[in-house]
Amino acid sequence: MSDAISVVDLVVVRGKSTVLNSLSCRVPAGRITGLLGPSGSGKTTLIRAVVGVQLVRSGTVTVLGRPAGSRELRAKVGYMTQAPSVYPDLTVVENARYFASVAGASAATARAAVDQVGLSSARDQVVGTLSGGQRSRASLACTIVGDPEVLVLDEPTVGQDPVLREELWASFRERAEAGTTVLVSSHVMDEANRCDRLLLIRDGGLLADDTPDEVKRRAGTTDLDKAFLELIKIGSSS
Amino acid sequence: MNTHILGASITRILQQLRHDPRTIGMLLVVPVVLMGLVYAMFAGAEPVTSNVLLIMLGLFPFTVMFLITSIAMLRERTSGTLERLMSTRTGKGDLLFGYGIAFGTAAAVQAVVASTCAYLLYGMTTAGSAGLVVLVAVMTSLLGVGLGLLCSAFARTEFQAVQLLPVVVIPQILLCGLFVPRDQMAGWLQAVSDVLPLSYAVEALQQVGANAEPTSTFWLDLVVIGGCVILGLVLAAATLRRRTP
Repeated sequence: MSDAISVVDLVVVRGKSTVLNSLSCRVPAGRITGLLGPSGSGKTTLIRAVVGVQLVRSGTVTVLGRPAGSRELRAKVGYMTQAPSVYPDLTVVENARYFASVAGASAATARAAVDQVGLSSARDQVVGTLSGGQRSRASLACTIVGDPEVLVLDEPTVGQDPVLREELWASFRERAEAGTTVLVSSHVMDEANRCDRLLLIRDGGLLADDTPDEVKRRAGTTDLDKAFLELIKIGSSS
Repeated sequence: MNTHILGASITRILQQLRHDPRTIGMLLVVPVVLMGLVYAMFAGAEPVTSNVLLIMLGLFPFTVMFLITSIAMLRERTSGTLERLMSTRTGKGDLLFGYGIAFGTAAAVQAVVASTCAYLLYGMTTAGSAGLVVLVAVMTSLLGVGLGLLCSAFARTEFQAVQLLPVVVIPQILLCGLFVPRDQMAGWLQAVSDVLPLSYAVEALQQVGANAEPTSTFWLDLVVIGGCVILGLVLAAATLRRRTP
């Protein structure tokens, strides 16, 4: 199993605080890797470093064998920011078409992406009039539109109802099975069970880089929420 | 720069404008109404009415495009769309020229409507051709776009962006020669006026007003305005970073 993303000794300093402290981790290709941790733990910063928009102090981030943010990677990495970064004054499909052009994909793929995130009926609605959950799906559609090899999603399921969450995870699974590498952050622990691997981070450091089962085994519990708390305890006592 | 992505940016920005009919309405109607006020104020007395209307045709595109652009670009920065675009193949030029061309087009439509009304409704007369008036108006709008793109980097919120208007635009309007002819100003004021780009737009318009054929001063003014547009875009590009803290 090769790594699509590898992070070595990454240090990110923002202002006076060290957001990521010599963090190293790997994300296997063609799998779903969950990035979990409490809010403020550095998830978004790590994600920004992977897509190459974060200024880093030291360390290396390699994506598909190239330094993160390289020109060659820009068409291969799809990034969904935490806040829905779509144009509120455009319709869903106009947004998707714009990001399709930017990714070098056809207008037909834009339509398909909108259908995939379950927004077919709201296709011609202006994004500003959509609900929060719909808006975030519109943003997801703009991310998957060019079928990027690596999908980096910052909390894509926030504000979605259980049915839609189920559908979104099924679509991530489908993409992973087709060979796409998916890195998805969440602070909802029950979503961690759906991942192939987990990266647990806290205070800018890595607590665990393992399969969900192994994380639970190490913590001696079947509940991931408890496992996470247990790992924090183990981490702070050692 | 990638012409395909540039084209997509232009289309996207114009689509955003199209979804906002109120803005389009204000772009087209407000200049005509304000010129009507000026016409009424001077009771149509010539040549003062023509002189003021002519200068106003340069002030509208500059002010309006500066405001629209600085807010639009600020939104890109704060909403995360800029961050997303910077993770894609979009180049800085694709975005900046996209704004320049899209808003320049909007300004051209505004200039045509406003100057048509100035000539036909308010009896404005110029020795030179109306086409040159529109040309200067479009160049001046690009000046507004360039300055707006640049200044958006210095505002964190829309409140701040709006307040850049009195900082960046109003001094230029005061010193451009509309209220006091530039050659009657104190020496130091003239010197300040000389480095403000709007002064050249106003001078170019006055040249069209007074001369049947474009003068060398007119062309020189256009070159200065064009240079300022390019300078604005280059400086704006420097404020766009793929990587941010």
